[in-house]
Amino acid sequence: MSASDLPDILADIRDGFLETPEADRLLLLLEYSDELPAVSDEVANHPEMYERVAECQSPVYIYVEVNDDIVTMHATAPPEAPTTRGFASILVQGLTGLTSDEVLAIPDDYPQSIGLTKAVSPLRIGGMTGMLMRAKKQVRQKR
Amino acid sequence: MAIEFDSSSPKFAEYAEPGRLVTTEWLAERLGTPGLVVVESDEDVLLYETGHIPGAVKVDWHTELNDPVVRDYVDGEGFAELLSRKGIARDDTVVIYGDKNNWWAAYALWVFSLFGHEDVRLLDGGRDRWISEGRELTRAATTRPATEYPVVERDDSAIRAYKEDVLAHIGNPLIDVRSPEEYSGERTTAPAYPEEGALRAGHIPTAQSVPWAKAVAEDGGFKSRAELDAIYRDGAGLKDGDDVVAYCRIGERSSHTWFVLTHLLGFENVRNYDGSWTEWGSAVRVPIVTGAEPGAL
Repeated sequence: MSASDLPDILADIRDGFLETPEADRLLLLLEYSDELPAVSDEVANHPEMYERVAECQSPVYIYVEVNDDIVTMHATAPPEAPTTRGFASILVQGLTGLTSDEVLAIPDDYPQSIGLTKAVSPLRIGGMTGMLMRAKKQVRQKR
Repeated sequence: MAIEFDSSSPKFAEYAEPGRLVTTEWLAERLGTPGLVVVESDEDVLLYETGHIPGAVKVDWHTELNDPVVRDYVDGEGFAELLSRKGIARDDTVVIYGDKNNWWAAYALWVFSLFGHEDVRLLDGGRDRWISEGRELTRAATTRPATEYPVVERDDSAIRAYKEDVLAHIGNPLIDVRSPEEYSGERTTAPAYPEEGALRAGHIPTAQSVPWAKAVAEDGGFKSRAELDAIYRDGAGLKDGDDVVAYCRIGERSSHTWFVLTHLLGFENVRNYDGSWTEWGSAVRVPIVTGAEPGAL
């Protein structure tokens, strides 16, 4: 995959992290964590629609919609799992509004590219990779 | 200068070392006292940033206590650099708290103990109790003046076991603190946890299954001395003078049990095998038993 496959919004998010001094990157992730929107009532009332992301240590569930080839991602994770919430928030902001082809073209190693591996640890980054893989799988099934 | 012990709790008074625990009330009354440093240590690397006890500093097990390259803890120089940067002096009283019933807090306490930091205590009930009682949290960054923590060589001999030690120890008191499913070999990781690098499932031969959470009371704190004696002495058959090794998956849950056995029940020879299942379950030709029974060598 070439870098040009990366949608602008995900590139902007990555650049935002890389331009932030390493010591402050966790605080930027905290901002994303705080921004994770509550899921809509429609989705909240149908927990069976959600897929558990088993790669994450904390309970996180995702649900991806594809309407007229436009992707909308929903995610929920508890407040006591802010790292997972931060990862989910980045993907919700980054994937929502893209076409299905654009989502499927996102490089699988995007989570490793945003400059958090050292601050968060490679083990924990694995949870975000799992979330991205599962989102792509849902897009493939639903488009 | 050491801070007085928390003598307010009848429960603590029954433990072998009553001074190893403090209550939330005790801590709340003493925040800001010179010579007292509060440390938060969590599984989630970002939890501290969402709000912490005022004045608390953060110590992350993964990015700060572990060596970044070798699977080992930081060395004496690394620990001195870390604690100096956090503003902790060698004679400070350190109170550690964290998420998940103090798993990671106990892990941090155990690592501090490898370096012989003398006065290190846990907050009974951990982060959850502090929050459930509606006590103050802040996102304000804590700044403490840097200290000059001395370089103390880490001493693994007394409280840390390596794989070779465990191989020689099989048949002696060995406690597997993981979930029953991990012990029997149905899975390699805790329920609801990701698969994390162990190629085989089961337990070390002769190990007894005593899941760590048995030591936790309904209120999230440690159980009473009598309840703990019933679990570990009557139930698991541990006796004074026993040489005990505890293990889990990466050494964090077994730190919790190590704390209970050493500081609350007074066993003098307890070692934590931090390599634990992620090492044993992938090592070549080490013996493994599956099923619910301890098995024989």
